[in-house]
Amino acid sequence: MNAVFLVVIAMLGVAGTLTLYRLLRGPSTLDRIVALDVFVVLTVVGAGVYVAAYRDGSNIPLLAAVVLVGFVGSVSAARLAVRRERHR
Amino acid sequence: MNAAGSPVMDVVAAVLMLLGGLSCLMGALGLVRLPDLPARLQAATKPQTLGLSLVLLGTALRVELTSAVTLVLVVVFQVLTAPVVSQLVGRAAYRSGGVPEGALVVDELAAHVPVDADGSGRPELSDVGDPALPEHSGS
Repeated sequence: MNAVFLVVIAMLGVAGTLTLYRLLRGPSTLDRIVALDVFVVLTVVGAGVYVAAYRDGSNIPLLAAVVLVGFVGSVSAARLAVRRERHR
Repeated sequence: MNAAGSPVMDVVAAVLMLLGGLSCLMGALGLVRLPDLPARLQAATKPQTLGLSLVLLGTALRVELTSAVTLVLVVVFQVLTAPVVSQLVGRAAYRSGGVPEGALVVDELAAHVPVDADGSGRPELSDVGDPALPEHSGS
């Protein structure tokens, strides 16, 4: 079972690296917003793997909070980004 | 959950978590490889939500019942909010000219949303349904 957790964590690490590449490289602000949203979801998935590995359910409400904060952040950033880009 | 420690549940949880991790990885790969923003949006929402759902379902099989209910709630939040983010970002991309011209087969937004890629048009805030925000005041 430990090998499964390690493999999943490794996959998430590669996925996070690719997402960070898009976050740094992304041609437009909207690309960066999408990448940041994906990164938040990857963080939640990683915390879920931690919960499964240690059978420790005490920080599961944190996952709900992070998902909702990521949603609010992405929505407000998308609204502000389109207004900013209109000025260029 | 009664069966939280049984080997069958462990195997099912392992398979779910591996599939979820693979889905997350493919979503991130699509985020890097796909050419334009709507395609990246596709890769960013569907595989990510599927990966989150699978991993958290696998996690829910390994913790007690009350924690599992909260995990299902997290999945429901993500399933509800991912389309909203996707819709808003796609609409913002359409307006700021981020959607390439030949990429659309049907352009149903054209009649409703003006594209002003060069910033010359007036800002269209009304159809987003947010009259409380001020029009940007020349900053």
